[in-house]
Amino acid sequence: MQLLGIIISLLGGGVLALMTGHRSPVASRWLSLASLLVASMFYTSLWLDSTHSLSTSLWTMHTDWPWIERFGIHLLLATDGLSLVLIGLTLVLGYVALLSAWHEINHRCGLFYLNFLFTLAGVVGVFSALDLFLFFVFWEVMLVPMFLIIAIWGHENRRFAATKFFIYTQASSLLMLAAMVGLVLLNQQQTGLWSFSWFTLTQTDTSGSMGMWLMLGFYVAFLVKLPGLPVHNWLPDAHTQAPTPGSILLAGILLKTGAYGLLRFVWPLFPDAALAFAPIAMGLGVLSVLYAAKLAFAQNDLKRLIAYTSISHMGFVSLGIFAWNHLSLQGTVMQMVGHGLSSAGLFAIAGLLQQRLHTRALDQMGGLWALMPKLATLSMVFALATLGLPGLANFIGEFMILLGVFQIEPWAASLAALAMILAPVYALVIMQKGFFGMAVGDKTKALDLNARELLMLGLLVVSLVLLGFWPNLIFTVTAAPVDSLMHLGKGG
Amino acid sequence: MNWVELASLIPLLLVASISVILLLLIAFARSHKLTCWVTCIGFALAAFWAFSQMGDTPQQVTPLLIIDDFSRLLGAVVLLVSLACAWMSYAYLETADEICEEYYILLSLAALGACVLVSSNHFASMFIGLELMSVSLFAMVGYMAHSKQQVSMTLEAGVKYMVLSGVSSSFLLFGVALIYAYAGTLTIDLKVISGGPHLQSGYLVVGAALMLVGVAFKMSWVPFHMWTPDVYQGAPAPVTGFLAAAVKVAVFAFVMRWLMMAQGEYLNGLLLGLTLMAVLSMIMGNLLALRQSNLKRLLGYSSIAHMGYLIVTLAATAPDGAAALSTALEGAAIYLITYACMTMLAFAVISQLAAKDRRFESGTLMDYEGLLFQQPLLAGSLILAMLALAGMPLTAGFIGKYYLVLVAVDSQLWMLLGLLVLGSSLGLYYYLRVILVLCKPPVSDHHWVLGTNEKLLLMLLMLATLWLGIYPTPLIEWVQFAIA
Repeated sequence: MQLLGIIISLLGGGVLALMTGHRSPVASRWLSLASLLVASMFYTSLWLDSTHSLSTSLWTMHTDWPWIERFGIHLLLATDGLSLVLIGLTLVLGYVALLSAWHEINHRCGLFYLNFLFTLAGVVGVFSALDLFLFFVFWEVMLVPMFLIIAIWGHENRRFAATKFFIYTQASSLLMLAAMVGLVLLNQQQTGLWSFSWFTLTQTDTSGSMGMWLMLGFYVAFLVKLPGLPVHNWLPDAHTQAPTPGSILLAGILLKTGAYGLLRFVWPLFPDAALAFAPIAMGLGVLSVLYAAKLAFAQNDLKRLIAYTSISHMGFVSLGIFAWNHLSLQGTVMQMVGHGLSSAGLFAIAGLLQQRLHTRALDQMGGLWALMPKLATLSMVFALATLGLPGLANFIGEFMILLGVFQIEPWAASLAALAMILAPVYALVIMQKGFFGMAVGDKTKALDLNARELLMLGLLVVSLVLLGFWPNLIFTVTAAPVDSLMHLGKGG
Repeated sequence: MNWVELASLIPLLLVASISVILLLLIAFARSHKLTCWVTCIGFALAAFWAFSQMGDTPQQVTPLLIIDDFSRLLGAVVLLVSLACAWMSYAYLETADEICEEYYILLSLAALGACVLVSSNHFASMFIGLELMSVSLFAMVGYMAHSKQQVSMTLEAGVKYMVLSGVSSSFLLFGVALIYAYAGTLTIDLKVISGGPHLQSGYLVVGAALMLVGVAFKMSWVPFHMWTPDVYQGAPAPVTGFLAAAVKVAVFAFVMRWLMMAQGEYLNGLLLGLTLMAVLSMIMGNLLALRQSNLKRLLGYSSIAHMGYLIVTLAATAPDGAAALSTALEGAAIYLITYACMTMLAFAVISQLAAKDRRFESGTLMDYEGLLFQQPLLAGSLILAMLALAGMPLTAGFIGKYYLVLVAVDSQLWMLLGLLVLGSSLGLYYYLRVILVLCKPPVSDHHWVLGTNEKLLLMLLMLATLWLGIYPTPLIEWVQFAIA
């Protein structure tokens, strides 16, 4: 019931925010905060219950209600440790995004918070739906509010970016729908029963060329969302044009849904096809890592730069998943969380700078350290997290992924390790161009962080450091579910 | 004809009596409100009656009409569409500078024709139904021809529809004649011929091909689609809604019955032609819709694409087997019903906007800028309709699309499936364009107040669109019942 509590309090908060938004924007803000708080309470209770029974059961079942009996579709919501961690990340970044929206979003507040909270609810649904049909519904439905967030509250080129984002995701997910239906029909031919349940479909025999085609349908949809080369093109536009809270949600959580899909669906449903396809997927992962890092270095628009670093980091996730061993998978989970936190931090910084300087161009900045020491210091922390400094969460993730990949494909690991050189280059470019050197123009009016902004960034820094020094906080929860996924994905 | 047979005809008789009652009513007391009420109540009663008879034994009433669950369900759908059409016409005609009571007589005749078409299993009744519907529609399309408000396209639309409808009917008649020449009977069930039909017969193949051309005009399949955008744009918005929803449902329902009777045998020879029409409709419809600036025209092209998707179900019936046939028919029926629902929602919005200001139907999309913030209910309905047409989950459109994918995968029609995916992706662009326009900052002042009636209609249609999308189980059960 706790999971339903989370989803319902987010949806309900959204509707309430819309209704109060007309009269008082302030009230809609506080209502959203309140609904996030209620959701977090439900989440804490769920976390305590699940970790308590961790040794006895992998899954916590929430609902299993019949929905469309004709095709055996159920409202099947269940969580394991992996879902739990990702839902936690969603809520934490929900707070960060809400705090960043606090003063940035000041027109049509009610509608904004409706879309904002509905996106969160959709993502929570994606992380917990174990019926493929229901998963697809959440997968698509979280698109619409995100599309509106970019299209209404975004920057100068927002409509183009929003349309591109929507078309990329929707077109690829139609392929996933076709593959999903194909898989269900395959299962129906083998067992005579209609079922969309993940637990049933992982038992389907998907060896053979049909399995490969179906796997590709899923893979493309998740690769677009991840995003990986060669279907990454929507991301720089969407991230750059979205308002700060939108960028935080996109980079922090929406990208993780792609990685989650690869983990939860592609390998366990199609073990043979995924194994055969792994070298190609890892090759694409390496390309993403290196190519996007190089592109990031060449950007002048700060948000665009951060967007490309996201692609580079998600390349690591792709690598880690397709190596499919214990180390790499644990590393992937850590990388997902670490990147969620650090990229959210960087986007929040970019938003703060844009509010103060009215530009995102790096060559219009410079010398900001003297003006805004607090903001600059925190930016340094996030830049260091991005380049993978030991002691912060991203390091653990990338290191474990490289270790795991090296056991399977040494060449891929060696090439991807070059990112250890490229990442400092682009991360330090931000610092050098933006914060060191001489100031460009008159920026004396730019204020340093206030308490709300400190709280927002502090939350992220504390989480990054905490996970960097104590990664077991996550590993104890995800070890068992990731192992069980791994066994499913090895066809055993 | 005995009493049981007569009782099963009650929905048809009710609709027929509406037109007679209206004629008398108008002769004695002209009142737009009363006329509209009588029409709406008549449609509602007939739809309710048809629906409540579901599950009764099928009745063959004379050789011409069959009243079974299939015709009851789709008849009820056609009547509900007509009800929505009459409902949205009220506001539209109230602000028109044209005498408007006779419009409802035409509407009830067109609905009667559609109902006959849905219930016919004989070429003669098919032709009667089709012509009754089309002839009433000529007048409805051109109803505003003498209005001062919007004269540019209306007459053109009416004439275009009349000429091309006439041409298509003659193709259809010629096809029927050839089949009659071969079979010696006008019933569509060729199994009555002793020894079964000889499918290689030239008469039969050419006859079926010519009939398909006639049907293709009505369904606006490419290359027989030329009239669609012009007529959609020029006709009054409620009539366009009727054209887009009721006509398509009725004509395709007849095609489905034809197939059920023939078990798809006809289509073997026509498969190539059908596939070609599907491919062209999906691609052309979506490509041509991309840059349209008039919303009704855009929806015209979008309906071409949607009808192209529908051919997937026809192509699936062709190869073999009753198993594929039943899934294909189920998919076709569900797609038609969901399509009718979301199309009516879109046209209800356009009609009500046009009732306030005719620019909304004759002008460009620019007139819709900022509507979301000034008329949230209208714009919200339009956004929902666009999302449904784009096939987003939790709306009726997704269930239809899901069925098409299911049918295509089940029958292994990979090329058509690929085009379906491609076409839907192209389609997203123009549906999103409409949504984006609605979300722009407002430029002009649209602060009128909607009447209760108008709000109620929008809410009901929105509810139906969402309900079919969120909980389609009852619909699926009715449809399975109807095609069993």
